[in-house]
Amino acid sequence: MVEEAKVLLLGSRFSMFGMRAKIALAEKGIKYEYMEEDLTNKSPLLQEMNPIHKKIPVLIHDGRPICESLIIVEYIDMVWHSNYPLLPSDSYHKAQARFWADFVDQKVYHASKRVWISEGDEQEVAKKDFLQSLKQLEWFLGDKPYFGGDTFGFVDVALIPFYCWFYTYETFGNFKVEEVCPKLISWAKRCMQKESVSETLADGNDVYEAVVDYKKKFISN
Amino acid sequence: MEDEIVLLDFWPSLFGARVRIALAEKGIKYDSKEEDLRSKSPLLLQMNPIYKQIPVLIHNGKPICDSLIVVQYIEDVWNDRNPLLPSAPYHRAQARFWADYVEKKIFELWSKVWTSKREEQEVAEKEFIEALKLLEDQLGDKTYFGGDNLGFVDIALVPYYGWFKAYETFGNLNIESECPKFNAWVKRCLQKESVSKSLPNQHKIYEFSVELRKKLGIESVGI
Repeated sequence: MVEEAKVLLLGSRFSMFGMRAKIALAEKGIKYEYMEEDLTNKSPLLQEMNPIHKKIPVLIHDGRPICESLIIVEYIDMVWHSNYPLLPSDSYHKAQARFWADFVDQKVYHASKRVWISEGDEQEVAKKDFLQSLKQLEWFLGDKPYFGGDTFGFVDVALIPFYCWFYTYETFGNFKVEEVCPKLISWAKRCMQKESVSETLADGNDVYEAVVDYKKKFISN
Repeated sequence: MEDEIVLLDFWPSLFGARVRIALAEKGIKYDSKEEDLRSKSPLLLQMNPIYKQIPVLIHNGKPICDSLIVVQYIEDVWNDRNPLLPSAPYHRAQARFWADYVEKKIFELWSKVWTSKREEQEVAEKEFIEALKLLEDQLGDKTYFGGDNLGFVDIALVPYYGWFKAYETFGNLNIESECPKFNAWVKRCLQKESVSKSLPNQHKIYEFSVELRKKLGIESVGI
């Protein structure tokens, strides 16, 4: 008889937010069950577990839901705190980590979305904003191997899933991140050497095909 | 060695008010530096180069930015008194979730209400009230969102009150009649010194709102 899974993750294949939760769980070596959500036809479970936003990822631990990717990662870090800490223990560095993870949400995410959705002048502005946000992250990274310092941490988890979307942004926007932010690409490749990351990130080409498909279905005239 | 704590602030800011309340709850002494946001000080630009915004808490020379991150920092450092967040991971995550809801959803809907043209005002106000009712449900029968004591979600939300109240003269909102539970919760919060001393005078907020709406060219329904 199989024991009921105590940890369940509701996610979506190409969602960078879902990937954050997966990477955190993998880093901690936590066994969990994964359920792929069709976001055009949301399951009753998702609607019950996240009635406010009806979004993934949702972590369901012992039957109780935790929503919002960065809140999930902090929760995972707190519950399984002895395995491989993701947040610094020092209050100041913890605040810095939270600030920069939030920066990824506020600046990187919104600009990146505009890069593949918009066209013309609007897209040029989006590209500029997106690359500017990556440059600011490079500045914060400095000479450290990871945003977490010597070890992979909270900000690394927050940002690395976007790496599998770079090909999509670059193709739609006609630019190369490496030409503007070579340090960040080195950091991304370093992260990809970690199993928790390489096993989690979707294939860049698959992401691109899915986005082209999505645009055809839902956005183009 | 004594701690040196400076808060870069702006008196009407609800984000600044969050930090003031948290510092007061913890009984922390600090210096307040009022910023002129039309002419930001070199200190502000140095301490928050990314967003160039207040509030910024400078603790022994090191800056912490973003109001909810600052409140969490205050909680982490001064963890020996008046906890603002639950200690259990699940309840802590819930508190963060609802503070994030205030930060994103309430801010988004409130901005729509505040800047809406006459014809869009009714829809914007309706959506906003629905969001407040959701928060009322979340509060339930508790004294505060934090339970018996003021907590993270209370601190995130209560500074909005002055602005909601000021808007009532511009639009068709009546928070007291539409969200009586929310209103009762506000009154309870205002009875706490940490809150009443941290929020700007209601009339000053009203005057500031009038000026701001003029500058932004927003017409008011008015009565």
